[in-house]
Amino acid sequence: MTTDVAAYVGAYPYRHLPDVTPGGLLRHMDRLGIDQAWVGHLPSAFSESASGTPDLLRTLKPHSDRLLPVPTVHPGPQFAQDLNEAGAAGAPAVRVYPMQRGLDPAGAEMRVLASGAAAAGLPIVLAVRFEDPRQRQPQDTAPDLPAAAVRALVRADPEVRLLVSHAERSFIEEVHFGSTPGEARRILWDIAWVWGPPEDHLALLVETMGIERFVLGTGMPLRIPDTAFARLDLLDLTPERRRLVLAGNLDRWRVS
Amino acid sequence: MLIDVHAHFYHERSGRADWREVNARRIAAGERMGVTVHVASVLGTWGFRSPIYFPSPDDVTYGNEQMLRLQNEHPGKVFGYCTVNPNYTDHALREIDTRLTQGMIGIKLAASRRANDILVDPIAARAAEKGVPILHHIWQHRRRDWPGQEASDGVELAQLAERHPNTRFLLAHIGGGGDWAHTLRAVAETTNIWIDLSGSGVDIGMLEATLAAVGARRMVWGADITLCTGWGKLRYLESLGLPKADIERIKSGNARELFPAGVFGK
Repeated sequence: MTTDVAAYVGAYPYRHLPDVTPGGLLRHMDRLGIDQAWVGHLPSAFSESASGTPDLLRTLKPHSDRLLPVPTVHPGPQFAQDLNEAGAAGAPAVRVYPMQRGLDPAGAEMRVLASGAAAAGLPIVLAVRFEDPRQRQPQDTAPDLPAAAVRALVRADPEVRLLVSHAERSFIEEVHFGSTPGEARRILWDIAWVWGPPEDHLALLVETMGIERFVLGTGMPLRIPDTAFARLDLLDLTPERRRLVLAGNLDRWRVS
Repeated sequence: MLIDVHAHFYHERSGRADWREVNARRIAAGERMGVTVHVASVLGTWGFRSPIYFPSPDDVTYGNEQMLRLQNEHPGKVFGYCTVNPNYTDHALREIDTRLTQGMIGIKLAASRRANDILVDPIAARAAEKGVPILHHIWQHRRRDWPGQEASDGVELAQLAERHPNTRFLLAHIGGGGDWAHTLRAVAETTNIWIDLSGSGVDIGMLEATLAAVGARRMVWGADITLCTGWGKLRYLESLGLPKADIERIKSGNARELFPAGVFGK
């Protein structure tokens, strides 16, 4: 079993993407042997339109065995209703984008939402970034998610679980070693933005933090999904440890 | 055959204690990926004694010596670019003449001067005279100055390339940050510029757009400082359904034509 926790459908406002449909995702998944993907709705990261989640659910419904919806929930008055709808739709998690909404990522609204998600049994997926800061379009002004916000959110409620996507080595280390062991166990990291050799950041993090903290994330259709597999192939992992990254860690974390 | 046209190595004056291990990991990971040849440069002392992108003449010389040492330690596997700082014209030309005689196979220009500055002209002319390509560091659409470098973009490299039609230029790391779509439009019609696919950027659409803009004949594979992204792009490229001959061109065929004849063997 292989699960990609960082996939999207829908248009991206700052760059044309060749194929943002479920069909596009499934084509790459079939090519790479990915069984399931947690799929977010890209337009919802940039808009509070109420149609985002219905669009996502409708788009993914014909492929519900492989594409699991991860609806976007925005901090604010509707968040409890949005969490309920996500739970009712069978979402494995929800996505939250405080930076794109111009909110304090560890402020009161985010903490309330995080506790609400925890009470609903829903992990929160946070993306550190969508693009390399060097290539952002001038209109794309949202800063990266700060590591301090992740540390604050995981400390805000003992039941909060966070899956952090598109973080690099220094971010991951700051949060992991700047949290208590119990807090760190409630955070998973995808490998979408962690460098392989010769710097070997991923190998180092696996050694220092343990392989249990890492899951597969590709970033498609923004990113070439083959890269995550290249990273895994460049690690000296036994088949058992590789399976942990591909799905085992995620499965254990979800039921823990 | 797989030729990485954009590799880097380190030495004991690079300011990092693990320089040997990093070099060894590049070779080892390359073997796992099937890299046959690393064409590499050393940018002075990597900022330790003078700035990475403005290396002093002494550091340029020392870095090139270390690059040659590595080339000699790995015959047939590692080849060097001669790094120069065009602000020191005489030194740069002397380094080029010396290092090419000693076996280096190309010239590396980073970001000590804009590509279209007249200080770069003697270097471009010498490259044509010697029959070696120039790998030029490029910021994909430089909208402003960035600290620590006088970076050039595709428009500026195209201006240099048009002034030197007999010089072959490798436009560095299309995935190295910035707006690659801007670059591709800027250099599409400048046929003495080849696109190096390296860089940590792995945007879907980038390789397809490069193929559309310049075709497989002007694409060369490379990794730069992240081999995993280079391998990811190579695998993706192989999934696009290109003719096998085009894939082979990108992996090695174009590089074999760009660098002096016969240096990579038969």
